[in-house]
Amino acid sequence: MFKYLFAKAEDIPAGSAAVYFGFSSIVWFVIGTGIGSFNAAKLAFPDFVTGSEILSFGHMRQVHVLAVILGWISMAFAMAMMYITPALGNTKLWSEKLGVWNCLLWNVGLSLGLFLLWLGITSGREYSDLPWFIDLVVVFGLLLPLGINVWMTIKTRRTQGIYTTNWFFGAATFMVIIVFLVGNAPEFFQLTGLTEAYMTWWFAHNVLGLWITPVAAAISYYIVPKVTGNPLYSHRIGHLHFWSVVVFYSTPAAHHLMSAPLPEWLKSFASVEGVLILVPAIAFVSNLLLTMTGKWRMFVENIEIKFTITGVMMAIPLNLQGGFQQTRAINWYIHGTGWIVAHAHLALLGFSTFLEAAAVYYGLQTLLRRKLYSLGLANFHFWMLLIGFSTYWISMTIAGLIQGAGKIYEVPYIDVVIAEHPYMIARWVGGTMVFLGNCVWLFNMWKTARAGTVIPAGRLPHELAYER
Amino acid sequence: MAFREYKVGARMFGLALGTSMFITLYMPSLDMGSVAATASAMERQLGFGRVGGFSYEDPFLQGWAKPVTVDIDKDPKTGAPIEPTRAYVYEANVPFPNGIRHPRILGKASEALSETKGHVTEADESHGAVFVVRETTQNGVSVPYIENVTATKGWAPADTIAVSSDSARSYIGKGKIMFVREGCWWCHTLLPEQTQDWQYFGAPPMLGDFNGESPTAFGSDRKAPDLTHVGSRNSSREWMNLHFFNPRLVQPHSIMPRYDYLWGDKDANGKPIDYDAWRTAYNDYESGKTVYPPEVPLPAADSEARALIDFIINLK
Repeated sequence: MFKYLFAKAEDIPAGSAAVYFGFSSIVWFVIGTGIGSFNAAKLAFPDFVTGSEILSFGHMRQVHVLAVILGWISMAFAMAMMYITPALGNTKLWSEKLGVWNCLLWNVGLSLGLFLLWLGITSGREYSDLPWFIDLVVVFGLLLPLGINVWMTIKTRRTQGIYTTNWFFGAATFMVIIVFLVGNAPEFFQLTGLTEAYMTWWFAHNVLGLWITPVAAAISYYIVPKVTGNPLYSHRIGHLHFWSVVVFYSTPAAHHLMSAPLPEWLKSFASVEGVLILVPAIAFVSNLLLTMTGKWRMFVENIEIKFTITGVMMAIPLNLQGGFQQTRAINWYIHGTGWIVAHAHLALLGFSTFLEAAAVYYGLQTLLRRKLYSLGLANFHFWMLLIGFSTYWISMTIAGLIQGAGKIYEVPYIDVVIAEHPYMIARWVGGTMVFLGNCVWLFNMWKTARAGTVIPAGRLPHELAYER
Repeated sequence: MAFREYKVGARMFGLALGTSMFITLYMPSLDMGSVAATASAMERQLGFGRVGGFSYEDPFLQGWAKPVTVDIDKDPKTGAPIEPTRAYVYEANVPFPNGIRHPRILGKASEALSETKGHVTEADESHGAVFVVRETTQNGVSVPYIENVTATKGWAPADTIAVSSDSARSYIGKGKIMFVREGCWWCHTLLPEQTQDWQYFGAPPMLGDFNGESPTAFGSDRKAPDLTHVGSRNSSREWMNLHFFNPRLVQPHSIMPRYDYLWGDKDANGKPIDYDAWRTAYNDYESGKTVYPPEVPLPAADSEARALIDFIINLK
């Protein structure tokens, strides 16, 4: 990687930046889920590793969250953008060198930010925990170079139109920069009080709604038609998805603070807009599942499709939860409980992670021109992820319902803690399965790069048979 | 190939995103910006200081450059007895909170009173100042305002601290830094819900209860009791000492981490704290080898544990 930082542009092999981003994302996934498993162990067994400040739960929790969001998810996005955008434009990445620098800056900037968080140097705002100067590093060192590469690659494309995936990529990179700059305004300009609280959640909502959800969906718009060979079922429904994400997903931020003293009109507005999240959700899921017509065997046989379609199908419970749990009728019961934790993991570890994993699996094989080392290990990874996540989701959903009941029936809090204990253990077991699965994945991808069968020119990875 | 054929789309996109931000950011800001601060908001921000998270003056979140809250019953200047008063002491170069820097955020009536009767605009950070929260009645409505008693009564910061005993000082500003840094708010919310928390966790906050405070650290995941009014439920320092040192001493089923490391090296009597010996003795107690747990040291006045307990007990 370092040898390309100052190399001539023509000496840098196409796809280098994407490969570095791909492997970085897997490493961050291992780190992020490892910390998650460690944190979960502390919730189940509070005296596990005790008496040390930097290993305490309060110092590690935000490191886990931001390692998976900015490390795993966002770097997998960068990887996907850096090979899918040029592929769809029938061109090369605008600047491979910028991409390599971007990857280096990303790893360095993120490591620095997480190290500071780990020491407790935080803004004290959930999801925007990073102090403001690290936010500027994120915007100008991580996201803007990525955006420039994506926009310029789209601009210099050699195709007539822009495919759905690239609308999302181009728009989402723009929107996430706006969200970071505006959402952190309370830190830049010392905004206080309810404004600060509301903008914290405006940021948290939109970084999910305008970055993670649309980009993850955009990946599946590429992978499914590419691997199955079916054309996308409907570009019009794709249009509906895109525009309804921009209009409906960017507006309900206040539904995260339904029990706070925000203006009532704002909460009602947000709640109605929150239900309308079902419009992009239904458009997306139906479009992708109908694209699978006639190729459902690949859901079993092909590892990329298996990951992609599982992710797409997770969008169904995700959006049904997301659409309705924020209405006043339901929110008063489950707000602030483990139900929400389960929902957040359904979004990030269920829906989006499966789509990013598909992109990284497929992209690394394509770029390295190597067939996946072992289908068996990949299937093992898939099932560890799916069973681990399901264990986590089910146990936290139950724990959340217990907490909700305890909350409304005024049960002494300690009785809720006692009742939750078995589910905390289950959550830890599930999270640990995800972590172990990811370690296997890292091994599998490393072996793919070193010992995978070379893919002949003109062939695609999924056209070759698996050897292991 | 340029974006030419996508000109309309790009404009529509800008319009959609712009409208969305207009509705979700600009319109609420008019409402939230016009809310008058309550007395509670003034007390909170005066106690916490300018920022409760990362800031220039306290980049490592050690509780540097924070105000001290003192409860006094003597006039610091004359020594004459006065009504028990809570004063917020900002020593030289301790940054003032937002309500002093920008009295506009207090709301029109409070802003006018704080400036005319309270002389807050005369306060100078480089010399420090002492503030108190007052209330007066205007047109039959009680209006809170901030008074700069350094200007109105000549209370110097150092004198104000000198007339208070150690037990009357609360390091609430430093304590909030500990609360944020140690991640207490990942499990303990600071926001009773409007729907069902009245009985158990007390009244939910009002619209103007947070003006000037940053971060609000409401928390979103209630793995533990809400703390907004915890000082009204439990104000025992002895209980807090035990509970922060090792929560299992007072609540065997608690899943809260131990915060013994906030005690630092020495206890209140200047004696070094032997953590290893304490943990060994505690393990003996936990496994049933001994009947009584080891004694928990009292936190030193300048320890982080003391500041955190001050913060918690003052959440009324």
